[in-house]
Amino acid sequence: MRCTCEKNRRNPPKTKDWNKTARRRFTLVCVSADAPQRGTFEELAMPLFNQLYNFAHWLAQNRHEAEDLVQETYVKALHGFATFQQGTNFRAWMYRILRNTFLTSRSGHKATMTVPLSEDEDEAVVNATTDTQTPEAILIDRNHQDMLQTALEELPLHFREIVLLCDVEEMSYQEIADLLSIPIGTVMSRLSRGRAALRAGVQKKLQGAA
Amino acid sequence: MSTDDNATQQSGIQHDQWRAQLDAYLDGELPADQMRALDAHLRSCPGCAADALNRVQFKRAVKTAGARFTPSPQFRDRILKKVASKPRRSWTFTWVLAGAFAVLLLAGLLTAYQQRQNLREQQFAGEIADLHVSTLASPNPVDVVSTDRHTVKPWFQGKIPFTFNLPDLQNTDFTLLGGRVTYLGQVPGAHLIYQIRKHQISVFIFPEDLVALHNTPHDAKTRSFTLHTFAQDGLRYIIFGDVARDDIDKLSTMLQAAAHSS
Repeated sequence: MRCTCEKNRRNPPKTKDWNKTARRRFTLVCVSADAPQRGTFEELAMPLFNQLYNFAHWLAQNRHEAEDLVQETYVKALHGFATFQQGTNFRAWMYRILRNTFLTSRSGHKATMTVPLSEDEDEAVVNATTDTQTPEAILIDRNHQDMLQTALEELPLHFREIVLLCDVEEMSYQEIADLLSIPIGTVMSRLSRGRAALRAGVQKKLQGAA
Repeated sequence: MSTDDNATQQSGIQHDQWRAQLDAYLDGELPADQMRALDAHLRSCPGCAADALNRVQFKRAVKTAGARFTPSPQFRDRILKKVASKPRRSWTFTWVLAGAFAVLLLAGLLTAYQQRQNLREQQFAGEIADLHVSTLASPNPVDVVSTDRHTVKPWFQGKIPFTFNLPDLQNTDFTLLGGRVTYLGQVPGAHLIYQIRKHQISVFIFPEDLVALHNTPHDAKTRSFTLHTFAQDGLRYIIFGDVARDDIDKLSTMLQAAAHSS
């Protein structure tokens, strides 16, 4: 039977076990019908490197800060790997460390200053989507990718991160809820508003370019 | 409000309800029954189907645009060095390594001790040979000239800090020529000269703790001389000469018997 460890790392099943010896050796053991396969921190964390860096860059919006953020994330995760709890999602754990590291950084503080206190305050951003024009067909054209990327950059942090986690990192609502420490209902509503705000931003740029 | 208006309004509300579920539908997060219901609706409603298509296209565009930043290979290498797993030795391997190290250390110590002991014994044999040769080369090799053991033994009284017995040489090929006081390691001892045929044999008697020899009786060959030593009653007897091994052994046996009879 083919080992499913790689798949499990992306979306860990509840059968993941953490044995004491392996923990001492900083080694994760995936218990399955196959022979147990061990993964060191390096083996588990490095496949996430590009994704984490991409996410870090979107959060920090700066290459230098993104590198600092990723480096700090890996160092923290390596030190905390021995206490990584069984049955939890390694990928979500890494993203949570990254996000928390960002939120406690200077850029993170600055970004969170603009986060609305309630979801209602996003109405101004989202209401711009009332225009019925659809920019999707235009966005298929690669020449307009920059426009979408700029619109993503301009999204408030709480919208940007949830859209990226769902559409780019392809996380489930539950994973996102765990990572952001919010209920699934909030994930759904914030994601809907975030997408609407993004569409509005693209729409605005398309109108400006016309 | 006309019946047609009501129907249109109700239809609009229904469409809004369907569209509110579209994101969760496209994200694969709707429960199975709702998924099937919305699937059926999309097949029958061109407006909602077009909206779903737009959303799919937008989601794909976001995925492409979102995967924008790539780390440099140098940065990747830097992080890899930080997190690279160092080979961890198992406890078994550590114990085996420690055991091997202990064995090597012990073997090294034993070898060093053995070499030191061999060196001391070589030095000892060399000094005995020097005493033997220099005595025989002297015009007066002995200070007490006598073939009588009862003359030679008392002569040492007051000259050395111990006493000893000498064998009766009647009916043997050995002859006692005499004795002298000698020193080895600044310790006084008796040096007796025996003769067998034309060969002269030295017998040295010292306190036993003067020379710590592992093997007693101890035999060695030094510069073609034969050395035999044994310890008895706190005394170290060293028999040294250029005679055959058998002659040395015979004299040794007689000396041991005499020492034992005391």
